[in-house]
Amino acid sequence: MAYKRATREAYGDALLELGREYPDLVVLEADLAKSTTTIKFKEEFPDRFFDCGVAEQNMMAMAAGLATTGKVCYTGSFAMFATGRAFEQIRNIVSYPRLNVKICPTHAGITVGADGASHQTLEDIALMRVIPGMMVIVPADYYEAKKAIKKVAEIEGPVFIRLGKAPVPVLFDDTYEFVPGRAVNLREGSNVTICATGIMVDSSLKAADNLAQQGISVEVINISTIKPLDEGAIIGSASKTGRVIVAEEHSIIGGLGSAVAELLSDKYPVPVTRIGINDLFGRSGGPAELLEYYGLTDEDISQAAKSLLDK
Amino acid sequence: MATPTVDKQATIAYLEAKARSIRWDVIKMIGTAGSGHPGGSLSAADIVATLYFHELDHRPDDPGWPDRDRFVLSKGHAAPVLYAALAESGYFPREDLWTLRKIDSHLQGHPDMRKTPGVEISTGSLGMGFSAAVGMALGLRIDKRQSRVYTLIGDGESQEGIIWEASMFAAQQKLDNIVGVLDYNNMQIDGLVSEIVDIYPATSKWSAFGWHVIEIDGHKIGEILDAFRAARVVKGRPTMIIANTIKGKCVSFMEKAVDFHGKAPTSEEVDRALVEIEALGPLG
Ligand SMILES: Cc1ncc(C[n+]2csc(CCOP(=O)(O)OP(=O)(O)O)c2C)c(N)n1
Repeated sequence: MAYKRATREAYGDALLELGREYPDLVVLEADLAKSTTTIKFKEEFPDRFFDCGVAEQNMMAMAAGLATTGKVCYTGSFAMFATGRAFEQIRNIVSYPRLNVKICPTHAGITVGADGASHQTLEDIALMRVIPGMMVIVPADYYEAKKAIKKVAEIEGPVFIRLGKAPVPVLFDDTYEFVPGRAVNLREGSNVTICATGIMVDSSLKAADNLAQQGISVEVINISTIKPLDEGAIIGSASKTGRVIVAEEHSIIGGLGSAVAELLSDKYPVPVTRIGINDLFGRSGGPAELLEYYGLTDEDISQAAKSLLDK
Repeated sequence: MATPTVDKQATIAYLEAKARSIRWDVIKMIGTAGSGHPGGSLSAADIVATLYFHELDHRPDDPGWPDRDRFVLSKGHAAPVLYAALAESGYFPREDLWTLRKIDSHLQGHPDMRKTPGVEISTGSLGMGFSAAVGMALGLRIDKRQSRVYTLIGDGESQEGIIWEASMFAAQQKLDNIVGVLDYNNMQIDGLVSEIVDIYPATSKWSAFGWHVIEIDGHKIGEILDAFRAARVVKGRPTMIIANTIKGKCVSFMEKAVDFHGKAPTSEEVDRALVEIEALGPLG
């Protein structure tokens, strides 16, 4: 059994380390400190932690103001409310003036589970990606999340890091180096490329193993920075395999699938299959059940690869 | 306050039994689902029981009846209290309650108007249900219907700006067919509302926003009944009932326990809670 840990756990852990390193770092939360794990920061740095209550729009616009006073501001809440409810604050008063606000909400995607559609954001990558200058990061596991959360403190300007609620397999370790904007080739292959992000990286590696047994050679690229996209890595792989699958725990509209399709149609047209939530809202259920229900398992990826090869 | 009549005493006893029944179902439902929000469901049980079994003019066998009164659960995480009341009213079989939050259930983690008969609008994102209730009241008034709109909001939820945007609008439009109920349990997820971002004094805030305000004990059915009756004769202004409540009410180890905001009881805790509820009197 693979060892599992939720990427949200990395938030509290990374903030603790950042808090010790950056005296100007401030954390804002919107009544979800335990769920997002920002409570860890609160316990060690009560003077630099502010709970805004259930008021995400206010939290985000206040973060912009704090940033103008030289603070490095990390914000909390769930991805639905931080990027949805507070979208326009992020667009107009954080991103337009390019202020130093780090948006790292948790509970993104369908694996939120039983809370259901109102809490399962499948649109957040699209919303953040469309904002000029926004960096969009979707970590694949706990360690990548932790490294990314820490790394972006060095970047001046808005960053979105998408974190999840459910425990997911740990793929890396503490020696992992996160480089913003760099995609990482996790598996060399020649027949088909899988561009994966977030929890779908693990499923893509499993699919690659299954397909290898059937004589299909699969390249797996972990695209944790969705914006700016590592164009070279994607085009390089597409030129080798000639077929690309994109897998993400997000709507097939507007996320990594769209980003890759846009890039390849502009610069290196090859057949692309997007795996994601097929333009639907979520529903209540267990995380694993939901991944199966919406067609986001390693089996679905293997099937898509075979269909693409048959084309 | 006038001494209750014998009739009123009987109504109160009837509604208390309904409230116990609803609390029983809330615990059983969340325990069976393994997740959900018991604290804020229990604090609202007396209010919701009084609405569904006395105040609302509704037809469980005809949920789309255009002249019905509407209830909007703006604090949508308390879905179990709504589902229990709907089942008890006859909107769907009580057995459905045990499917809460399961993948093929019509009972979603948060209320879904397209899946569950009797749910007036889909909520779960705090603050929006209240605005939607104001919109319903406006629409019903445009159509000259006599229907009334009731909506339950949380005190943590009242930190959302949209609550105050809607409050101003409703007063501006002199909507007197809407009644808000604030479930004032002074708790949210991260702790006490008074220690996070206080909404006190809620009474004078809503008065200043142009609402008629009535403050009650949200666990005394007699006071809830009186408040709803008083709201019916208020003209030209919306009414906000500030209901002082206890989060987790009627289950000793859930009362004022921050953890039970969004945590399911274990099966042993379910058993203990049900015994406590049954000991309070007959179920309705
Ligand atoms: C817009 C939005 N932000 C955050 C949440 C997550 N959340 C669910 S319940 C809750 C606390 C609500 O507190 P309150 O309104 O007082 O409810 P009660 O204590 O009565 O259960 C929060 C923050 C949400 N559902 N919607």
